Amino acid sequence: MVAHDTVTVEKRPALSTAQAPRRRPRGAWTPWLYLAPALAVLAALLGYPIYQLGLISLFRYTQAQVSGGEPTVFRGFGNYADVFADDRFWQVLLATVVFAAACVLSTLAVGCALAVLLTRVRAVPRLALMLAALGAWATPAVTGSTVWLFLFDPDFGPVNRVLGLGDHSWTYGRYSAFFLVLLEVVWCSFPFVMVTVYAGIRAVPSEVLEAAALDGASQWRIWRSVLAPMLRPILVVVTIQSVIWDFKVFTQIYVMTNGGGIAGQNLVLNVYAYQEAFASSQYGLGAAIGVVMLLILLTVTLGYLRLLRRQGEDI
Amino acid sequence: MKPSVRIAALLTVLVTAACAPQTSANSSSAEDDKSGTLRVWLFQEVGNDPKQKVVDSVVADFEKAHDGTDVQVEYIPVDTRAQRVKAALNDPKSAPDVMEYGNTDTAGYVKDGGLLDVTEEFGSWAETKNTDPTARGSVTVDGRIYGAPLYVGVRALYYRTDVFGELGLTVPKTMAELASTARKVRAAKPGLYGLVVGGAYTYGALPFVWAHGGELATGKGGSYASAVDSAAARKGITAYTSLFGDDNCPAAKCAGMGGNDTITAFAAGKAAMAIGGDFSHTAVEAGEVKGKYAVVPLPGVTAGSVAPAFAGGNNIGVLKSTSHRTLAVRLMEALASKRTQARLFDAMGFLPTFTDVREAAATRKPYVKPFVDTLAAGTRFVPASPAWSQIDSQLVLPTMFQEIVSGRKDVAAASGEAARKMDAAFGSVG
Repeated sequence: MVAHDTVTVEKRPALSTAQAPRRRPRGAWTPWLYLAPALAVLAALLGYPIYQLGLISLFRYTQAQVSGGEPTVFRGFGNYADVFADDRFWQVLLATVVFAAACVLSTLAVGCALAVLLTRVRAVPRLALMLAALGAWATPAVTGSTVWLFLFDPDFGPVNRVLGLGDHSWTYGRYSAFFLVLLEVVWCSFPFVMVTVYAGIRAVPSEVLEAAALDGASQWRIWRSVLAPMLRPILVVVTIQSVIWDFKVFTQIYVMTNGGGIAGQNLVLNVYAYQEAFASSQYGLGAAIGVVMLLILLTVTLGYLRLLRRQGEDI
Repeated sequence: MKPSVRIAALLTVLVTAACAPQTSANSSSAEDDKSGTLRVWLFQEVGNDPKQKVVDSVVADFEKAHDGTDVQVEYIPVDTRAQRVKAALNDPKSAPDVMEYGNTDTAGYVKDGGLLDVTEEFGSWAETKNTDPTARGSVTVDGRIYGAPLYVGVRALYYRTDVFGELGLTVPKTMAELASTARKVRAAKPGLYGLVVGGAYTYGALPFVWAHGGELATGKGGSYASAVDSAAARKGITAYTSLFGDDNCPAAKCAGMGGNDTITAFAAGKAAMAIGGDFSHTAVEAGEVKGKYAVVPLPGVTAGSVAPAFAGGNNIGVLKSTSHRTLAVRLMEALASKRTQARLFDAMGFLPTFTDVREAAATRKPYVKPFVDTLAAGTRFVPASPAWSQIDSQLVLPTMFQEIVSGRKDVAAASGEAARKMDAAFGSVG
């Protein structure tokens, strides 16, 4: 058996090199053949829902249409026109972009700082930090939000008592409410960044770090000039992940600001879409908002990747 | 130019190729079987056992009276009822024959093509001559009747007898007195809210609008027009929003409160007065204030009048897709009959929708007297339009109240904006 196998393996390269030029046309399809199963799965799981989303966004499609009470009406880009004509949409979009950016930056800063810290401490504190982070990671968003809200409760919360703020309400002001939500978002998403970056740091050869240390580089300098460039691919992935997560934040805002805050001051796009459209079964309008979000996220992600590629990164 | 043309062409191809998104056929069934299985969906209440016992005995009687029928009752959780009902409307095969639904959903479900028109049966059902007019209104859309009222819920003024006694205060007789009494309490006891109010407590705020002669919307049937920016409505909105402030209920804490938050505050002894429903009775009894409070109808603008309350509650309806039309309607009548409502009141405290049954109930359990009086003084209902669910979920009214109490907009600007949004919603469903 073994001998037979070896023979065929030896024969094949000779065959293919000899006949390669003539077989080109058929060979060009071979990669697609191998990719077919993956593409089929992707098309079914990703392409079809997006196609449906786009399709629904062109219709007047509410519960009455779904259940057959009224005929489905084609509106062209009417739903998009409705969305873009609403002043509130633009305010919410701006708030979402700024809030998501703040969340991404804070999450990355906290996650990376703690990842570096993990490499510098002994086993016991490292284990404690890891467990604490994993606990935060594993907590469901609704639970986490409720607990944070309780911590900052004007009447019963320990934070006000410790800081001596009396019955100051954190959710009344627009920025303090956003700040409170930001804390919760960072708290529940930094562990992913921390664990991933920590794994990346572990994979960096210790000689490089040793050399930098011998040259007298400070901790900050090592991070900036040695670790960050070497961890770039990992940082790119966690950044994109964070951008997508934080742009789509729903639960935290919905729970902590009671569905968008006083007079809707803390609305972000997802909550806005839910209130304007999905909660009252206006699926067409909701789908239009969904498509707009999808396009924004795609633009941001592709723009970011392109920027990196221009800087000579092979990603 | 070119890319947009190409995209448009592509979209046209996609759309024509795939036609339209999915739609289920939900026409009424032609069948009318006189035996077989009837499926019923009722709401799962907190502490559902007493309700289940009443329903079980109604069902047993019904099965005995109609040979060859089998009634299957399922209790669906209130939180997820919207999804369940949507699913039932999307797939008529899995839909029940008879279901309980919140009365503000009536117009929406009718538009969705879910509820059966039972105008004739309702008219020939002898007991309905005692149905109170608002309850009848809550099953009526465009002059047709789509169900039977099961119970009503209504709000009144809870106040602390011990605090009032200690400060020598009398129960307010007008809305102006209500505000001044609330401020007196707050001034004497800074730790208490005078009258606890909430910026997101729509059904606590609406009596103020109605008492001043305002309306949410005017018109009938399909064509409603918002009236929240009328002079009378604005007067009511001003009366309610002026209760937010450091002299009664600080905006920083009260602007975000909903109805449940105000009841929680009252039950915990943090407020001297609150606007609560007959359904809040259990929660208040379980709180610190048990035995130290009383309830009166919310006073109106003039002494001796009662502010019109919102008549919430639930109805029982038959689904259009039922294949047992006659039986299902009879079962609806059995479940919403005078006898059943009287027993449900004793078991669950649900206020009956028949005036005579309600009077009798008030003599059995005196705590419901102020609520029955409130109902007798006349109640109001939200516009019977499918747009209401949209206005409700878009938080149009809470946003208006919160904009005013947080000082972002004045009453005229905020109510004008709310009226614009309501008109847009009425227009979009018309």
